Amino acid sequence: MSANQLVVTADEGTQEVVCTRVLDAPRELVFKVYTDPEQMQNWWGPRDGKTVVEKMEVKPGGVWRVLNFDADGNEFAFKGVYHEVRSPERLVHTFEFEGMPGHVLLETVVFEDLGDGRTKLIDSSVFQSVEDRDGMVQSGMEVGARESFDRLEELLAKS
Amino acid sequence: MSEDQLSSTFAALADPIRRAILSRLATGEATVNELAEPFPVSVQAISKHLKVLERAGLITRGRDAQRRPCRIRVAPLETSALWLDGYRQLVENRLDRLEEHLQKIQREQEEGES
Repeated sequence: MSANQLVVTADEGTQEVVCTRVLDAPRELVFKVYTDPEQMQNWWGPRDGKTVVEKMEVKPGGVWRVLNFDADGNEFAFKGVYHEVRSPERLVHTFEFEGMPGHVLLETVVFEDLGDGRTKLIDSSVFQSVEDRDGMVQSGMEVGARESFDRLEELLAKS
Repeated sequence: MSEDQLSSTFAALADPIRRAILSRLATGEATVNELAEPFPVSVQAISKHLKVLERAGLITRGRDAQRRPCRIRVAPLETSALWLDGYRQLVENRLDRLEEHLQKIQREQEEGES
């Protein structure tokens, strides 16, 4: 795990989730890695799976589609459209999981130059409804629950 | 969330078999027999654990009299300190990988320059 803390906020009753994290790399490089299909296959998606970037047209109106394969070979497809591409500081695009069509969210990624070779990444996602947001957080929670319980187990074992 | 609810949530989570049951249910619903399979204890013992989890509000049981499939219920966890933790972990894993990748690229750049 990194020394840089991830902060996730999802205020009750709102349609938004905001994730903030500092990365030990200059802004230009972070933006490049974020918008380069070759690089993206190396970090997006689950660690024990495989990521294939099928399409990634990083320009306003451009389409992206990414496939994730889990360890059992199951395919999960995600897609969206870029709305704003302002290198190296801002990206706005839609995001949709093809397994749940019609639930589209609008993601804004801000790359903030901290001036010391580090970059603050602020990723805000606005969902179509509070229910959509909670459903997404909950499904993420269920996927991550196993690891969380493992960590809870460690915690309880120590106490 | 009330203190009582939090206590019952944590009391339910304090048992390793019950945590294993919840981990299994996090991947999808299951019947008592399916849940009992990996454990060296009786189906009756698993039933007792399920009652504790149900009382703590951590699972729900289906109405189907034959199967009564169990489902994880995240609401008590949502309002406890664990709220958002799984989601956070998903995002964190991705950003950890992004950072590792950034470090690799920067190392390669430095080596290229020297």
